[in-house]
Amino acid sequence: MFQILNKTVRTGTVTVAYPKRAAQVPENARGAPEFDFGQWRDARPATEACPTGAITVVDAGLARSVTVDYGRCIFCGECAAVTPEGAVRMTPKFELAARGRQDLVVAAEYALRADLTHHELIRAGRVDEAGPRLEREIHRVLGRSLAIREVDAGSCNGCELEINALNAPRYDIERFGIHFVASPRHADMLLVTGPVTRNMELALRKTYDATPDPKLVVAVGACGISGGLFGTNYATRGGVDQVLPVDVYIPGCPPRPEALLYGILLAVGRLGA
Amino acid sequence: MRSVVEELKQEYGERLRAEPGYPDQLVVSVAIDDVPAVAATLREWHGARLVTVFAEDRVAPEGAFYNYYVFERAGDPCYLVVRGRIPAEDPRFPSLASTLPAVNWEEREIQDWFGIEAEGHPNPRRVALHDHWPDVHPLRKDFSLNTVLPPFEGERHVYRPTLGEGVFQIPVGPVHAGIIEPGHFNFAVAGEPILYLQLRMFYKHKGIEKLFEGMPAARGVYLAESVSGDSAFSHGTGFCQAVEKASGLEVPFRAQVMRTILLELERIYNHVADIGAIAMDVGFVIANAHAARVREMLLALNEELTGSRLLRGMVCIGGVRRDWAGGPGKALGQTLETVEREFRDLVQLIQSSDSTRDRLERTGILRPEKAAALGIVGVGGRASGVDRDVRRDHPYAAYGNLTWRIPVYSEGDVQRRMQVRIDEVRESFGMIRDAAANLPAGEHRTPARPMEPGRCALSAVEGWRGEILYWLRAGAAGRLERCKVKDPSLNNWPALVEAVEGNIIADFPAINKSFNLSYSGTDR
Repeated sequence: MFQILNKTVRTGTVTVAYPKRAAQVPENARGAPEFDFGQWRDARPATEACPTGAITVVDAGLARSVTVDYGRCIFCGECAAVTPEGAVRMTPKFELAARGRQDLVVAAEYALRADLTHHELIRAGRVDEAGPRLEREIHRVLGRSLAIREVDAGSCNGCELEINALNAPRYDIERFGIHFVASPRHADMLLVTGPVTRNMELALRKTYDATPDPKLVVAVGACGISGGLFGTNYATRGGVDQVLPVDVYIPGCPPRPEALLYGILLAVGRLGA
Repeated sequence: MRSVVEELKQEYGERLRAEPGYPDQLVVSVAIDDVPAVAATLREWHGARLVTVFAEDRVAPEGAFYNYYVFERAGDPCYLVVRGRIPAEDPRFPSLASTLPAVNWEEREIQDWFGIEAEGHPNPRRVALHDHWPDVHPLRKDFSLNTVLPPFEGERHVYRPTLGEGVFQIPVGPVHAGIIEPGHFNFAVAGEPILYLQLRMFYKHKGIEKLFEGMPAARGVYLAESVSGDSAFSHGTGFCQAVEKASGLEVPFRAQVMRTILLELERIYNHVADIGAIAMDVGFVIANAHAARVREMLLALNEELTGSRLLRGMVCIGGVRRDWAGGPGKALGQTLETVEREFRDLVQLIQSSDSTRDRLERTGILRPEKAAALGIVGVGGRASGVDRDVRRDHPYAAYGNLTWRIPVYSEGDVQRRMQVRIDEVRESFGMIRDAAANLPAGEHRTPARPMEPGRCALSAVEGWRGEILYWLRAGAAGRLERCKVKDPSLNNWPALVEAVEGNIIADFPAINKSFNLSYSGTDR
């Protein structure tokens, strides 16, 4: 017993102050890619290189629309690696969670040269910026208590590792009055990872039905949002929103614990709206 | 293995043909009906172990399916692949499962995926496709990846009934109480003790092997990383090694050493987390808090070294994607020092707790003879007397240049499975130091080149769970024709069934965690 106490005292507090203070993320961490649409002369190599089809190009005559879908992005950096002029840059950014699926999509339109490279940027739309401070919302609506049931609907287990980290001392999600519960009947929120497999579809629906109203659904990771690398095939249904209504999407592959925290807090803010 | 092949040739004459292979991978082909006899010769006369069995659809180009039987034997770094031809008009193969329980699931997978009958299988029911799936065989070439199957109806799986006075059935899952992967456990209990456990897996089947088909090799790396997210680097490396083999690519030694360091870092972060989780499952929560803290240090180090906490997007065909300018640097040395000290404290904390030891010792015993018969690999195997480790038996990356001790115990209980992890973490510290101190200068990556169409290659990696295998056939234009993935979990689920028998149900979480198998790796 003495040994346990001694170790605890010597260890001290290890919990991070995020989101009160900015997260400590190394400069060279691979977070979201950033696109300088004005500088981007040709999107086609990045489209080719992207393993999940997150970047698409549609040409109509000498006009091109380019879309970047952060809901499919796995932060691999292949797009930046094949884009010479530095128009695509990997950043450590992770606060990407959004309430609408479309908020994760950025689109740009270009006029083309004869060689089909970009001539001129006509317009570009950005991902919605982050919501306001959220802690007040969570306290008001859920009486400082949010119960989450995690459902793995077919993930590779990467997202689960990071969700588990939220319970660890470093992130300690309980400091927000948020805890993970064993049964959907005790839950206010389903935190769902995907893709939703054909074999998990029924279990996911039943879990949703067993969760009392009002309830929230948060889709986690590229696969939970869009099916990611797996997409839709004979064995998967794709993203969680193919099966359940989704309130918040958290991009990443997997999203780091701070990104999950950010998305969960964003979701709770919505209940009062 | 070369001499073994010579002997087989003498015995089978023209019925056995040598196929193109590699110095460390010999390939012979036989008629499918000769396979049981060849397998028996290899196992009984040459002490070989059947590593895995899988199939391939070559109906369009060759009018046949093929089964591949991969053999290895102790002290021999060379694999032997026996290829059995199955004519398309008569799709069946003689089952080996009644004498070799280790291939029970794999043979049934072949039935499900390819519609090839495993003749004489003691339990030929579906395993990979749930019972209510329509009659489809997804890995046949004439089945399209994007086939839309109708809604499923009927029973998913019929379990063996649980009968008798005071005997109950406890169904658990697929959605579990903790933050873990889905699968169904059906316990039959008499009071507290478990009579038997029935498993229903493949809830997470995502069509991974089908997805590989036609995929450019470079993209396949990301899919391999997503077979089992906690083993992203091991699976990625296994896949890249197979592609490199099929394209005759020489990976720079610097990259080999970097891969070795990262493979061991993956082992450490998972082992540390498991050690904490096992302690937690018997009520020692504070040990888990410390373990989770140490794991965070390791994940931060991963991110520093690769840009990803889970080591994703680092390995690539031809080496690694990011170099460590000026060596792995201070981050590695400093973190390792802290982690080593913290790990010593953690182990001491757990070992000083008598009540923890009391719960772990003689709990969930897997006897060595059972482990051998079931072909159990990795941590679970080494705790039950199976002295096997791909790093030593079939050296890859820079393991040929390192020395370490492989912990093997014979008691086979939860305590020993935890002890194997503790020993391995300690060994890994030394291996990483060694490798980092001798990190050679040079390139970290060599440009990929297309695989020769039709070329096949096998690759093995000792992931932290155990033996990971990749086998592929190159298609046209640098694409994959077929890619077989074998995660160690597939071998090891039957070990869990064996180990829980007679234990009280309250010990199940600790027993399950002591194996910590990947559902996603199993289901693919």
